[in-house]
Parts: sequence; structure tokens; C-alpha cells
Amino acid sequence: MASSSMEGSMPTMDEYEALLSTTDVELLKRAWRSEKAAPEILRYDFDLVGRVTEQLQLMEETVDEKSTSGADPLSLSLYQMDLDRTLFLLRSYLRIRIQKIEKYMFHIRKSDELWNRLSKGEKDFASRCIDDLKHHLEESVLSKLPENYQSVEKQSVISEEDDMVPEPRLDTFVLCRSKEYLSGIQLEDGPVEDRSKLFEMEPGVLYFICYKSIKPLVESGKIDLL
Amino acid sequence: MAGQSDPELSLFSAEELEFIAEDEIVDIVPNLKMGPLNFISGDFGPFIPQIVAQVPLWLAVALKKRGKCSICPPQWMSVEKLTQVLEAERNSQEMSEQLPFHYVEISRLLFDHANDDISDAYMVRSLIEDIRDVRFHKVETDLEAFNGRTIAVKIKNLSAMEVNIVISVLSNVHFHYIISPRQLRR
Repeated sequence: MASSSMEGSMPTMDEYEALLSTTDVELLKRAWRSEKAAPEILRYDFDLVGRVTEQLQLMEETVDEKSTSGADPLSLSLYQMDLDRTLFLLRSYLRIRIQKIEKYMFHIRKSDELWNRLSKGEKDFASRCIDDLKHHLEESVLSKLPENYQSVEKQSVISEEDDMVPEPRLDTFVLCRSKEYLSGIQLEDGPVEDRSKLFEMEPGVLYFICYKSIKPLVESGKIDLL
Repeated sequence: MAGQSDPELSLFSAEELEFIAEDEIVDIVPNLKMGPLNFISGDFGPFIPQIVAQVPLWLAVALKKRGKCSICPPQWMSVEKLTQVLEAERNSQEMSEQLPFHYVEISRLLFDHANDDISDAYMVRSLIEDIRDVRFHKVETDLEAFNGRTIAVKIKNLSAMEVNIVISVLSNVHFHYIISPRQLRR
């Protein structure tokens, strides 16, 4: 751990080959795990979901074809299992995102950065959800309250912040693993005197760490959450 | 939403962990002839009787259930190896690094579906249970050592199931401060 510089920004031959042999399913699994572990919503991997969906459709057609052409029932059922596993992964990935959107929709809508992490469909869903929930709250409760207390986002007009908007807790602990040796991670939390210290991560070792401190590294894909 | 764990706790449910573990590669000895399988998750086969092939665990279990192969248990699932591991685990507070991340799930799946392929299955099973108990106990003791001045915890060789224990404890505690690497350098 003597060197503090970031090595290996250029992928070596081995890494390059590993990258080539990584299937989209593997990548989707990684995205799924990260999405599940992260407290906030992550960027929607548009290309990856597109590729996986395409492969799923192709495979569905192949399975259909095989079942009508009377292929070996054993291999057919195995193909079906493979298909089902990938479908589960994709659905679970999309579902976790929807759960997060339902929970934090007002928070996500407020920031452009978060809003742009959603896919087109998710944006439509979030907008409709927000409208419906607003409408419902206004109709059932807020309109019957005194004028100063009618906001969906604020407790009362004197609140300076939007204190009725649920936000993800970015200071929760997550478990992560780095792919390469990382150094110079600035910890954003903890006792003041420790904050200036830089933290380093060895590849392959698991760390429990405050999500906020490693957020940029998760977003750039250097760290996998588990 | 079967099998979906509570997102609040960022926990993987036992079913989800099993799902992940099912992608681990194992050796099988097929007893049928079958062409290569070109799956979305990768290409496997071709399968020739008595010739060892490498497949993900879920495929191995599927073939085994239909009586089409026998599964070769991974090397670490032998009485000799596990006895060593158990000894190492008992002799030190450190976690031994000799078992795979999903050892609990893998062994469980093999006991459930390929018990007859494991030599000394009874011994192997009880050794794994012992190892599991010793390790879980260590994790719990380590967690007691956490205090309010820590920045991050570095954990070597924790397995998937053990991770769940740690996460559930840590996310139930409201941490304003985090845990220092010096205090838990292992």
C-alpha cells in the first residue's frame, strides 16, 4: 500500500478479456445488487436493460420455436429455466427502482440530478404518482386544515425546508467491495478530526462504510455494493 | 412480491442469496449426451457421458433432479478440508479465508439435492454447521466491539449469510459516528 497514486486506469489485457467475457446478465446482476443495497435511486442503465430485453425476446422466440418443432424436452425446460432466471433478475431490478420511486418521489422530483436518473417510463410513473398523491392528500386532509398548513411539502408556512418530504438516508452503512486499489477516499462523516484522513480500499476486501463517503465511486462503477 | 426483501434494510432474503449462489460454477459428471446449451447467461456443454463438465449450480441441480448427472462436490466440501477449517476458525478470532463467499448456500443446495454425491455427507454436514456456528459467534463478538468513533470497517472473508447479520445489526443502530479501521483491523 506504499503507492498512493491510482494505478490501472488503462485496463490490462486480462481485464479487457474479462470485460469481453462478462455477460449482460452478469452486469444486470451487479446493477441489481447495487440498486438493492444503495439507499437512494441509482442511474437507470438504459443500454443494459435494452440489451437484456432484446436477448430475452430472442430467447423467448427460440424457446417457442423449439417447443413447436418438437425439440428435446429436457433441453427445452433448461432453456426455459435460464429464461425465467433472467426475467426474475430484470423484474426484481425494475421493482426495486419502483419501490424507491414510490417512497421518495417528491424528493426525486425536486432535484434534476435525481430526476434524470429515471427512465422515461419511470418518469411518467413518478409524475402520475405525485399528481395522484397530491390530489388525494389535498382532497382528504390538507384542504380542511387552516391555510398555513396546506402544503404537501411543508409542515406549515414557517418551515424553511421541505420538511414533509421523505428522503433516503445517505448516512446508512453499506457493504461494498472495490475492483481495484483505491486511495484518497475522503470520508464525509465521522468525528471532525478524522475527516481529513484519507481512506484506502484494497481490491476484493469487504468494507462497511457510510454510503455518503463512497457515493461518487458507486456512481462511477468503481465500487460494487453487496 | 415473493422473495423480495425489505428494501429498508438492504437485506437480501435467503431466497435471493440462494438465487445468487446458484450461479456458482460446479463440476458435474453427466450420464447423457446433449449438445451445447447457449443460454442468455452463458454457453455450457456439450455434455458427453462420463466427461466432467462445468455448469452453474442451478443447472447442475436441475439435471441432478432429473437423474441426468452426478455433482462433484467442491474441494472444500471434504471432511479433511473442513476439519482443518474448523480448527483454524477455533484457534483464531480471525475469519479463515478458505471457504467461498456463498459456502452456506452452496452446501445447503448440495445437501438438499445431491446428498448421495457427497462422501461422508453426515460428517460434512455437521462440520459445516460447526464452522457456521463458530463464525457467526465471532461476527457477533466483533460487533460488540464497535463504538461511536469508527469510520469504516474492513472485514475479511465474511460470507454472504454473515453479511446479513452485520447489516441488520448496523442498520438498526442509529450511527452518527462510524467505525474506525484501526479498531477493527482484521
